[in-house]
Amino acid sequence: MSRQSLNVSRRRFLQSTALGAAAAAGVLQAPAVLRAQGAAVKVGVLHPVSGALSYSGQQGRIGAQLAIEEINAAGGIKSMGGAKIEAVLGDAQSTPDGGNAEVEKMNGAGVAAIVGGYASGICLAASQTAARYDLPYIVDVGVVDSIVSRGLKNTFRFGPGFGVIAKTALDNLVTINDQANKAAKTVMIVHEDSAFGAGLAKLLNTQLPERGFQVLETIPHPTPTRDFNNVVLKIKAQNPDLVIPANYYNEYVLLARTMQQQRVRPKGIYSVLGGAASSYKFVKEFPEAAQYIMDCNHWFDPKNPKALALKKKIEDKGEFYTYEVYMNYSCILLLADAIERAASADRAKIIAALENSTFTGHMMPYGPTKFVNGQNQGAAPVNTQVIGNDIQVIFPAAVASAKPVFPMPPV
Amino acid sequence: MKGVAPILATVTLLATVPLITSSNVVLNFLVMALLIALVGQGWNLLGGYGGQYSFGHAAFFGTGAYVTAVLQMQYGVNAWMGFVIGIAAGAVVGALTGAVSFRSGLKGSYFALITLAFAEVLRIIASVTPITGAGVGTLIKLDLRPEAFQFQSRVPFYWIILAMVGISMILMRLIEDSRFGAYLVAVRENEDAARALGVDATRVKLGAMTISAAIAAAGGCFYAQYFLFIDAGIAYGPWISIEALLAPIIGGIGTVFGPLLGALVVKTLGELAKLMTGGAPGLDLVIYGGVLIVVVAFAPRGIAGIVSDMRRRFYRTPPPGENGRG
Amino acid sequence: MLSSVILIPAVLNGLMTGAVYALIALGLTLIYGVLHIINFAHGALLTAAMFAAFFAHQWLGLDPYIAAIGLTPIFFGLGYGLQRFIIGPAAHGEDRNILLVTLGLAVVIENALLYAFRADTRTINLPYAFNVIEVGSAFLAVPRVIAFVVVIAVAIALWLIMRWTDTGKAIRAVAKEKLGAELSGIDVAHIYAVTFGLGTACLAIAACLLLPTYYVNPTAGNAFVLIAFTIVVLGGMGSVTGALIGGLFVGVVESMSGLYLGESLGQIGIFVMFILVLLFRPSGLLGERT
Repeated sequence: MSRQSLNVSRRRFLQSTALGAAAAAGVLQAPAVLRAQGAAVKVGVLHPVSGALSYSGQQGRIGAQLAIEEINAAGGIKSMGGAKIEAVLGDAQSTPDGGNAEVEKMNGAGVAAIVGGYASGICLAASQTAARYDLPYIVDVGVVDSIVSRGLKNTFRFGPGFGVIAKTALDNLVTINDQANKAAKTVMIVHEDSAFGAGLAKLLNTQLPERGFQVLETIPHPTPTRDFNNVVLKIKAQNPDLVIPANYYNEYVLLARTMQQQRVRPKGIYSVLGGAASSYKFVKEFPEAAQYIMDCNHWFDPKNPKALALKKKIEDKGEFYTYEVYMNYSCILLLADAIERAASADRAKIIAALENSTFTGHMMPYGPTKFVNGQNQGAAPVNTQVIGNDIQVIFPAAVASAKPVFPMPPV
Repeated sequence: MKGVAPILATVTLLATVPLITSSNVVLNFLVMALLIALVGQGWNLLGGYGGQYSFGHAAFFGTGAYVTAVLQMQYGVNAWMGFVIGIAAGAVVGALTGAVSFRSGLKGSYFALITLAFAEVLRIIASVTPITGAGVGTLIKLDLRPEAFQFQSRVPFYWIILAMVGISMILMRLIEDSRFGAYLVAVRENEDAARALGVDATRVKLGAMTISAAIAAAGGCFYAQYFLFIDAGIAYGPWISIEALLAPIIGGIGTVFGPLLGALVVKTLGELAKLMTGGAPGLDLVIYGGVLIVVVAFAPRGIAGIVSDMRRRFYRTPPPGENGRG
Repeated sequence: MLSSVILIPAVLNGLMTGAVYALIALGLTLIYGVLHIINFAHGALLTAAMFAAFFAHQWLGLDPYIAAIGLTPIFFGLGYGLQRFIIGPAAHGEDRNILLVTLGLAVVIENALLYAFRADTRTINLPYAFNVIEVGSAFLAVPRVIAFVVVIAVAIALWLIMRWTDTGKAIRAVAKEKLGAELSGIDVAHIYAVTFGLGTACLAIAACLLLPTYYVNPTAGNAFVLIAFTIVVLGGMGSVTGALIGGLFVGVVESMSGLYLGESLGQIGIFVMFILVLLFRPSGLLGERT
């Protein structure tokens, strides 16, 4: 740290040398961003807004930016004399090294904390780099559990990880099935083959048999997959009671459409982190294919007026209210609360404040906020079902807005 | 050894960067550029000197990355040992794929496409095999000790990759002057003629591919240690195959400095485009792609081509050691 | 293990999917056969065409099959212009430079689409998209059957153009012997551009055939590039009939290996075939031995 002041002049020196030309990219923007408003607290907002994950990245950015706007409009960080939050946007370009480079730049720009990452691979790389600078990092989605089990002091995840999601999904599945007199006995899993889908399939494959389900087949597929006819033919041939898809939006939609096309109707489609199963976009564009699909996923608290107000606000902007939006929105609120209590942009103080956080002002149907090793113990997924033209919450009972429809009624 | 002095001078100059700035933004930027320069140098040996364009250097890069990561995590092998084995494994993959392709007489686009296919096959295998962590990928455990090839600071990483680039450049310089290098260029210029003069063209190409693959694998090993996480798409994905050919072609194909020059220019271009466009998704890459086309249009022989043209104009004599295919 | 109940539909599906692959590969093989370049911008141009078809439906209410009539000449013009005014002049006739220029174009097109239309996945919902034709135990979706028929028709038309028109003859002449063609008064730059235009026009049709059952976002077209390369190699680079038969064949192989090996590992079947063909019959299964 003592070298810091010395470096400013050295940096200027570097710029004027030939070498500086090559390195300029990195150096130039650091001072430029640094010298904005004096009192503002800079927060890194990191998402993959270009490349393969750009849709999710774009949605996440919308949520984070909106939260920052609202906090600033409401008077900023009060314990710091109404300091405004200033977003330092970063594009991870859908790769871990892209995320890593952005964290370096954000650190150079003097951010107090970083929110985002979205994909597990990006979160792993970005949070680790942030750890070098004791820079607080709040994971917005990244569900792989190793993100928080590596012992990084700076990394916090507000939402649930794989382990919790899979367990909740199974518990609720058993309950739903018991209510329907154990209508479902056989299962087929269709999952995308990267970290998220493959990890989940692995968990489901060990736990489903323990709960009395027979897994007929597990079908991995790449992202993108061009055609789901084969997968659907296999489902048709094996005729499972339940189909469990775990994949990203595009593949999910293709799968559901192909199932509709091929007239395949199992007793239920129960997805775990299904890319489209609880997406308003999917329900709006393909209401028939989406009908009665159940999902265990990130979801807002439908009884929380703030969540509904945000939904209206997002929809009025012509955007879809996807989970990336309210997850990021909530993460920014969580961070703002920590900064408020720390009354400082000091990184160590923010980390301490996050560790002790009991934040309640979010819009997720979570238990009390409490971080253990960086993981929010209150975080939990929710079960939803597409009923009519809307997405209803069917579990947990405390926030449920409808009863599960299972097995699917005939057309 | 003639021609080594400029390499040593460049490396020494670059080595002083951490003394001038402690900015990790700069260091990280340079580390990535040097990584591309290293893999690009591997490509350059086969593509630039040997005239065999590969679209699949990811096959070697990924093998290096996976071998070093899997050995550490599954078998508890020391990271440095894993690094060495990773490079060797990359060389083996290079030799095998080279043997298969060259013995069948594949060249030009056919060679390019088969390397692409090899990389894809490896990517698919890595994405379903349990030992690589299948789709979940492999996470190297955080263990910030030099013995584990992990460092708290960026600086050691920077010096290591810089040293690797330096070694690869000296190696290239030595090859230029060697009989092997002369054969390789002869094969590139006219394979039939080279064969007629008694050059075992297949063996020469195979040798080049093996060394080329080893260099690319070294890049992969480094990537794994630097980021501590790889999956099939990162290790064997097409991105690195493209970066590997972009740097030497932009910088100057078949020249010792081409890959380094090209990597620095390409990476700087990407960063400048980002600066110019702010946060608008995609716009920076539009500019990046556009400038790429313009660079090709005005520097068809790469930046090294411009430099040698300027030198020629200045001295009015052809420079020695001209290796561009003009 | 797998009965005919599933086998026959899988083969038929493979043929339907393969037909669209074939059309994408047709564009690629034409360009390769004449210009001897590997066109990296093929996927991005397909994406662009899919966006065009999407907006023709969104803004003008045009059915994609109707839109194809208008988009085909537009994309022919686009392809012609790209080759004539950008790729040709910028590449200076060097293979490696063409490679970089098409790569640069791909980056520009893909990200311009991202910038202009954002990353949203877009789909269209046609009233007949879920209608099926029953063939034995197989349900064939109507849009896919239409696609199959159209591709066969386009391939025949293309074959006729290449065979009987003056332009077609000139294209073949340039492909075979560029210098000779130039000496006999053929405008090579023009023929190059025409070929590139034809290849791009194929993409416009393919895009319109894909859209009813697929989706579009700024990276959608990339999914079809590698498979198209495989088909080009299989059918023999530059061969129209080769691309058609190769496409259908690859569709079936993909379907079968997906069935037996699973969708992830199944992709290996295609690349292994690709490697084997390159090693043992590099001129393609149908190509002449050189």
